[in-house]
Amino acid sequence: MKIRDIARILDAEIVVDAGNLDLDVNCACGSDLMSDVMAYVKENVVLLTGLVNPQVVRTAEMMDIKVVVFVRGKNLNQTITDLAKDKGITILTTKHPMFIACGKLYSAGLTGRGVWD
Amino acid sequence: MSDSIINLSYNIPANDFTFAGEASSNVKKMLSQLGINPMVIKRAAIAMYEAEINAVIHGGGGIADIQISPEKIFICIKDEGPGIPDVEVAMQEGYSTAPEYIREMGFGAGMGLPNIKRYADELQIDTEVGKGTTVKITININ
Ligand SMILES: Nc1ncnc2c1ncn2[C@@H]1O[C@H](COP(=O)(O)OP(=O)(O)OP(=O)(O)O)[C@@H](O)[C@H]1O
Ligand SMILES: [Mg+2]
Repeated sequence: MKIRDIARILDAEIVVDAGNLDLDVNCACGSDLMSDVMAYVKENVVLLTGLVNPQVVRTAEMMDIKVVVFVRGKNLNQTITDLAKDKGITILTTKHPMFIACGKLYSAGLTGRGVWD
Repeated sequence: MSDSIINLSYNIPANDFTFAGEASSNVKKMLSQLGINPMVIKRAAIAMYEAEINAVIHGGGGIADIQISPEKIFICIKDEGPGIPDVEVAMQEGYSTAPEYIREMGFGAGMGLPNIKRYADELQIDTEVGKGTTVKITININ
């Protein structure tokens, strides 16, 4: 599933376009705790979170995650969007809450899962 | 990379959640420029970032010293915070003393130290209550 498909399925706004909308993503991780995300080992991941702070972008950067979806219609400040631009990470925002957003992606075929060992 | 050793050093300010992670970000950039295997870089970046965040949250800030040699990446994060009373307990998944406001920032899952152990080839924690904590992480390049 491409990043642009994720945006469409979630009726999401593309807040930062890092020029990778055709990048393929095959698994998803939904969490509000960043160290939980960092225990998750998998390539080509989309991160969904309800947490709004710059450390979300930092976490994505360390994990080579190229797209982050902020759920539940959160407003992002410029610190976050500037950092994402700088790191080449696409940022989407959706009005859907976490459960619905994950459900929509799962039903659309994004079923790949990572490994928490 | 021949036989040269690269030394990097960063200050880690306390309680600055915008800046936190900048040292790890710089090291990650440097490792990419050196053409090191992306999986190795990712392991080093995550391990260092977890230790950096711990220094910010629990340690009252600190210093990061990094040595990159052709064989390995050595990361040392030192703080002069409260220290860890029982390292064995602190290493358990889910154990955290982070207060509520830290959890609201997305930390305090009690997964940081276990993650460092998971991604590092070697981990040494020297700590003394009332004196501080030094976390030494080694990642082998090959
Ligand atoms: N540098 C440090 N100085 C003092 N105490 C520390 C330090 N690093 C870790 N600790 C203690 O060890 C506990 C476990 O650390 P760990 O990194 O595993 O979890 P956390 O930081 O609480 O949450 P997370 O890393 O999941 O966001 C911390 O809650 C804290 O009590
Ligand atoms: Mg931690």
